[in-house]
This record gives sequence, C-alpha cells and structure tokens, in this order.
Amino acid sequence: MSVAAPPRPAPAPDRRVPEQKAAPPRSDGWRWYTLLGVLVGWLVAWEFLQGKQTLEIGVSENTDFHRWLNGIRDDVDAARDDNWFLQYVIGGISDALDWTVETLQELFSVPAFPRPVPEVGWLGVVALAVLAALVFAGVRIAALVAVSMLAFGYFGYWEESIDLLIITGVAVAICVLIGLPLGIWMSRSKAATVAITPVLDVMQTMPSFAYLTPLVLFFGIGPASAVVTTLIFALPPLVRISAHALRSVSPSTVEATTSMGSTSGQMLRKVELPMARRTIIVGLNQTTMAALSMATIAALIDGPGLGEPVLTALQSLNVGDAFVSGLCIVIMAIMLDRTTTAISERSDASARARQDPRLRRIVLAVGAVLTVVAVYLSRTYSRFAAFPDSPDLGDPLSNRVSRATNSFVDTFGETTDRFKDFVSFELINPLELRLAESPWWLMAGVLVAVAFLLGGVRATASTMICLLIILGSGLWNETMNTLTTVLVAAAMVMLLGVVVGVWMGRNRRVDSWIRPILDALQTMPPFVYLVPALALFSTSRFTAIFAAIAFAAPVAIKLVADGIRGVSPSTVEAADSAGTGRWQMITKVQLPMARSGVVLAANQGLLFVLSMVVIGGLVGGGGLGFLVVSGFSQREDFGKGLAAAIAIVALGVMLDRITQHTAARYGRVTTR
Amino acid sequence: MARVGRQTRWLATLSVAGLALVGCGGGDIESNESASGEDCGDFNMAINPWVGYEASAYVVGQVATNELGCDVAYKNLKEEIAWQGFGSGEVDVVIENWGHEDLKKEYIEKQGTAVRVGPNGNIGYIGWYVPPWLAEEYPDVLDWQNLNSYADEFETSESNGKGQLLDGDPSFVTNDEALVENLNLDFEVVFAGSEAALIQAFRQAEANKDWVIGYFYEPQWFLNEVALQKVSLPPYEPGCDADPEKVDCDYPKYILDKIASAEFMDSGSPAAALVEAFEWTNADQNTVATYIAEDGMSQEDAAEKWIEDNPDKVDAWLA
Repeated sequence: MSVAAPPRPAPAPDRRVPEQKAAPPRSDGWRWYTLLGVLVGWLVAWEFLQGKQTLEIGVSENTDFHRWLNGIRDDVDAARDDNWFLQYVIGGISDALDWTVETLQELFSVPAFPRPVPEVGWLGVVALAVLAALVFAGVRIAALVAVSMLAFGYFGYWEESIDLLIITGVAVAICVLIGLPLGIWMSRSKAATVAITPVLDVMQTMPSFAYLTPLVLFFGIGPASAVVTTLIFALPPLVRISAHALRSVSPSTVEATTSMGSTSGQMLRKVELPMARRTIIVGLNQTTMAALSMATIAALIDGPGLGEPVLTALQSLNVGDAFVSGLCIVIMAIMLDRTTTAISERSDASARARQDPRLRRIVLAVGAVLTVVAVYLSRTYSRFAAFPDSPDLGDPLSNRVSRATNSFVDTFGETTDRFKDFVSFELINPLELRLAESPWWLMAGVLVAVAFLLGGVRATASTMICLLIILGSGLWNETMNTLTTVLVAAAMVMLLGVVVGVWMGRNRRVDSWIRPILDALQTMPPFVYLVPALALFSTSRFTAIFAAIAFAAPVAIKLVADGIRGVSPSTVEAADSAGTGRWQMITKVQLPMARSGVVLAANQGLLFVLSMVVIGGLVGGGGLGFLVVSGFSQREDFGKGLAAAIAIVALGVMLDRITQHTAARYGRVTTR
Repeated sequence: MARVGRQTRWLATLSVAGLALVGCGGGDIESNESASGEDCGDFNMAINPWVGYEASAYVVGQVATNELGCDVAYKNLKEEIAWQGFGSGEVDVVIENWGHEDLKKEYIEKQGTAVRVGPNGNIGYIGWYVPPWLAEEYPDVLDWQNLNSYADEFETSESNGKGQLLDGDPSFVTNDEALVENLNLDFEVVFAGSEAALIQAFRQAEANKDWVIGYFYEPQWFLNEVALQKVSLPPYEPGCDADPEKVDCDYPKYILDKIASAEFMDSGSPAAALVEAFEWTNADQNTVATYIAEDGMSQEDAAEKWIEDNPDKVDAWLA
C-alpha cells in the first residue's frame, strides 16, 4: 500500500465509518483509568508468567495447518493438467493475460524476434505517448510526458519503464472493465454495497505481500501473476469512488430525466455517467497510482518492469542503481498522476469551452502526422529503434549516489549503528519480550480489553475474530513479534506526525515547503525505501522500522496538519485573546480540537507501517513478513508462508477496526 | 470547417510524401535470423541471486547470443521460483543447481516439466565461516563443539540474547536452523538477506575485528579477497540430512548440475546443445565473478572478456 496523496482516500467516500449511536459519554475518565489498570496488570502478570504458553514454534517446524496448506499446494500442482477449472478457467485467464502483456511488450519494449528491436522503437513510442497526452490532457501534459519518457531512456531504464507502463496499463484497463460496472451496481443497490464493501476493505487492508504466494500457485510466475496482483490492490478505489460519484448525481436531475421518460439505461449513459465523469476519473487516478506501486512489488514473482532493477539493487546493495531506478518510478508516478488529473479537469465542459477548436484540430492533425512519421522511422532505422546509449545520465548519477552513500556510511556508520543498537536494545527488545513472551491468553485478553476500552463493543467483536484467526494460523508468537515492530514504528510515526504536523498546521510557509517533499515521498513505491535503509543500518528489524517510518510518516503528518488547520480560527483567536501561551495553545486548544485528525493519522499510520514492516521481511524485519518471503523461496515453507499471510491480514483488520472505531468515537468531539 | 478540412488533407498529403521520401532511404534494421544459419529462437536463462551463478549464466548466454543468434532473456529469480517457471515456459535453464532433491522429485519425476542435464563442472561447498583474524586469534572457534563458549561474543541486537549465526538469502539452500537446534547450539539464525549483505558483513568484520560467524559457500570470488575459514561440523554421512527438521551434520559436497525445461531440451534448439555441453571449473567461475563483483564490469562484458580469453573452451562447447 503506498502511493500518491492520500492513497486510501482518507475519509473514503463510502467507507463505512462505524457510527456511534449515542454521543460519547461525557466523563470518559474511567476508560483511561481502566486502560492504565489493564496495562499495569499485564506488566505485573508478565513478571510471573513470562515464557509460558507463548505458542512459539521452531523455525523449521510446521504445524498441521501448515502441512495441510502444503498438501493443497501439492494437489493444485498435481491437478493442473486434469482439473478443468484450473486448466481452462484459471489457465485461460493466465494465458490471455500473458499473451496480452507479451504482445504489447513485443510491440513497444522487447525485441520482437526475429527483429533485434521491438516493432515500434523508442521514437515511435515517445511520439505515441505524447500524442495521447495531447488528445486527452493538453499541451502542457504532452510536454511533461515527452520529458519523462526521454528521462526513462537517458537514465538507462527504457525497456523496464515501458514494461512497467504496460503492466500498469493492462491492470488499470481491467480495473475499469470490472470496477465501473461494480461501482454502478453498488450505486443502485444497497444490498450490493453491503456485500461488496467489506471485500474492498479487506483488499485494501491486506498488505500486498500477503497475496503473492497464493497467486503464484494459481497463475504461475510471470506477467499474469503480476497483473492480477496489481489488480487486487488497485481495484477498490475505482469501485468506491465511482459508486460515490454516481450516487451524488443530483436527485433533481435524475427525477427530471425520469419524468421525461428515459429508460434506466439511457439515464445511465446520457445523464449519470457524464455528470459523474469527473469524479470517476479521480478514482481512475487513485487506481493508477496504486497499480503503479504494486506493479513494482510484482518483480518478486517475475513481473516485468522497474521493480526488477530495484530488487537487483537490493540484492547487490547498490544504492546508486536503486536511486536511479527509483527516480524513474517517481517520474512515472508524477507523469501518470498529472496526466489523469488533467484528464479529469478537462472533462469539465467549461474547461473545453475555453479552447479554440480550430487551433486544437490543427495541432492534433500535425501531431498525428508527426507521430506516423516517428513510428515509421522507429521501425526502419536502428538509431530510432533502440534507445541511444549516450548521453548516459544514469550511470554517472548512480555512481555519485553510491559514492556519497558510502562516504556517509563510512563517516556515520558507527553512529547509525549505535543508534540502531540503542533503539533495538532499549525499545524493541523489551517490548518484544513483553508481547511475545506473555502467555497467549494473557496477551489476547489485554488486546481485547484495549479494543473494548478504546473502540467499544463492535471493535471488540472484530478483535476477537481476528485473534481467533491468528491463533488458528499457528503463528501467534510471530504475530506478536510483528506487532512489536509495528507498534514501535507507529509510535515514531505518530511522534513525527504530531511534531511536524503541528508545525505545518500552524505555519503556512513551513507547510508550503514541506508538503512537496511529503508528496514525493508518497509517490515512491515502498520497495525503494529499503535500499538506503539497508545501507545505513544493515539487516535488522530496525531497518524495516526505519523504512516503515519513511513510508508512513508523510500520511500521518499531512492528516495532523490538516486537522490543526481545520480548527476554527475564531476559537484560536478567542484563546489567543484570553492570553493563552503558545505551548498551551497547542496542547490545550489545537491538538484536542484536531483529535479526529490525529486518530485518523494513527489509523493510516498503523496500516501503512504494517504493510511496510511486512515488506521489511526482505531486510531482516523478522516475524510474519520474513515467513512470507521464505514461503515463496523454500518449498517446505509454503504453508507457513501462506499462514503468515493470513495472520497479517487478521492483524491488519484488527488494527484498522480498533483505530476506526476509536476515531469514530472521539472524532465527534471536534464537531460539537 | 471546410478550411480546416483542407488543411488536414494538405498535411496528410505532405506526410505521405514525407513517408515515401524516408522510405526511399531504406532501413538499417536487420533481422537476427540472417545473422546466423540456424534458427535458435528464445532462450530464457534463470538468474539466481548470487554472483557466481551470474557468471555461469551470462557466459552461456553470451555464447548463445553471439554464436548461435539466440534471443536470450535473463530472468532474475530465486531458486525455487525459477523451477516453477519450467512448466509455464518462463524459464528454460537453471545453469547452476545446488542439490534440491525435493524439487527434482516434484518437477522432474512427478510433473515431468524439468530434466537433468548433467554436472556443470563446478563443485559446491556450503558451511559456516569466520573471518581470518578470528580463526588466527581463537583457533578453537573452528570446531563446532567450542562455539557455545563464544556465543556471547557473537551476540547482536537481532539475535535474541544468543549468538548470531548470519545466513544469506532465505531462498538459499540451508539447514542452519535445524543444525543449531539439533546440535544444541546457543545461537540464533539471522538472515542477512542476500549474498552482497553477507559479503559486506564479513568484509567489515575482518576490517574492524568484529565477531561474525556466517553461512557461506564456494565457488566464491570473495574468498580470494578475504580468506574466510571454515568451521568444522559433524561429518556428513549419506542420509543424515534426509529429514529437514532433524539434520545434525555438515553439508554434503555438491556436484552442481544443470536443470532445463523438458520442452526446451526436446526443441532441438542449438542452445539446448550448448547447455548440454557447458562445463567449466570453479576457478573459471571465480574469474568471471571477480570481473563482475570486484571490477564492476557489467555481466555481459565480464562474460565476453572470459569468452575472448578462452576460445578453446568455448569451441569445445560448440563442437
């Protein structure tokens, strides 16, 4: 989970934020005392019970459940050629996807044998992309697309970049084919909404890493799996936002059309879809960004694209290469983000009306002609077909970054090491001991109590179900290890979020120069963070935590800043005139008033951290993430990896529910 | 409207003329087929994540590209994932396979998607290694029975109060977790994540005289830079590693072999014959791996340099 601002449209239009029926109880004090009591009781009990009934299992040990999953894997493997469902349905989908991606690749990115180059060379591809931008998004975006596409080539990642565009494009196209009808259905039927929403919730809460293993089992390695993985992650925003957009088409318009005797199909095509178009394209934007970030992770299962060089850089500790390929991903993210945004703005009739249609037609005609020429040239001459090797911007940049990193690590290596050790020994290890070395029933009790005190009855119910699933996965102990890492990272994210968020919220100038940095950090796919973190802290849980903070802090900071900004100016003024000091203003007025923003920041921060901590399994993150990684590296660990994926989902849903319900309960305070 | 239409038509005519003009120049893109007599087609080479493997794979791949006119695709995949690719056609060859008896049973005997193509000439050793300074100052650390007395020295923030045994990529062949348990060692296996991370850790340990013990293997170019010393484990006997949860002995000597997709070997591609004939020594592989890892050459350049220096060996594969 990653992506451009805000990845999960923060207060998503129809995300069912649980409603608290009654206003929150006026005196909430008893909750806090009880919470404190529960925590103290837990720590005391831990002193006596530590190390007992922790449900720890050996690293190479499998439970019956894991062996059963292994058995399923073997059955699927064996049935691949006889079972009609696997052979024709799954196999058919898989072949169709592979064929589509490979055809597009031969057309645009990889040599189309026997040609030593693709059917359309780089010049033709650039021209086609620019023309498309010109038609749908305007001149400025066309210029941005041209510069971006050339940057991919001159940085040395032409083929990988086009591959990534292909995977993203195919996934987004399928998202539209599936997502739009689903959105329409949801906008018309309450039952559909009730049935689909929880599925979308799980799709978005589930860390991407978790479903790689089962997908490979069915779709094999390669483009098909990459597309399906990307699809799962990228579909929900489009469905949610298009359902929301259709629902908010003004009822009076709909009524008017119905009274004129339109059929429901006519109304959809002629009235509702056009009126909702702009918002739907916003959904398309979110979906595209999500697809882009996921497509890079698909490199782990042989998905073509820019994820491959990042992964290779991770394996060879090459910070420079990771930086340059990461940079290409960021450029692509900016390109796609601006393009889809521009499309949504242009879909307003008023924006189109400002243009001179004649001029536009001429520009497009010239563009089309030049494109045809470019495509022709790129099919005919090798210098227009294979991207030129020089000037090579990538290698010098990569070397410079590597050198800079090395000298930084040489100079500060000891300091960063000491910092890592300090945090590990003083914070992570003690907390891990408390969480993972408590008897399972004690820990479960504490979690249920916390859920009840913070989130109320419904949060408690969800927590209990999730804990049961985690118990069933046979990985209780590992889950607690992961929870430790998540809590440490989330605490640091919240600290950063509140400090920087308050600073930004109180000062517009600070906001205007920090925000672009946060935007850039958010566009970067999670993978990319791992490489510099690895260079600084070598493989350890702290490395994963560090990467998770870099990944999650921007969202938390923005939400807090927006919350502070949302506090009504008159309140602040009133407090000001009452002679409130700056510190008091922040702690007594602004933060309490912005409480809902802070709790929402905690919710998003936790989920972002969880997804990153899991990816941190690649760099020593330990716990469930590591089991998922080893699950698709070692045959006998498959079942355990799949069980770990299930446990991750349960953990994610649990954290989400507790914080969502807490947010719903305490969010009300500000609106009073 | 009419005016625009005329303009468009005019432009279209111009462009057709332009195209015709360009067309007269003729292209310079030649298809690969004419470059060599035989039809080789696609050749998908799996690249497992260690430099020695890259060396072997790229030497074979470059010979196939340059001599046989194959369309070689290198695919960065971990070992077990690469095996899954035999069935789907994603992967044609794994050029350096370390044992993997379980995978052979599954994919060669049961599914029949893969076949053995014979040894590649390399002999593999896996074991636990320490940096030279440690072996010199504390020679008894080289016997596994003494490891527990040094466990404290090997402790790190990640090792849970025990000694740290550093492993590589989780996908590498390893019995270390079972070994630690079954030999009652007071150690915890911690995964460095990659070959590069292992090498980095050993290099720093030698430079700063730190205590590090870790999983490592030969053929390995890095041993020429820092001569890591191998720790002796209880000797290997056939069958002592049969149950992965109960291993209590050293790793066997691995005759590294080549595995290929059954379909590919039956295809009659000249690349299949090349794979069948390919064989070289540990020293050969270390030479190419050093070019890549130490001298920073690209894999292709490193392979081609070796190919140029060893024409007789290459000719023998092609004969």
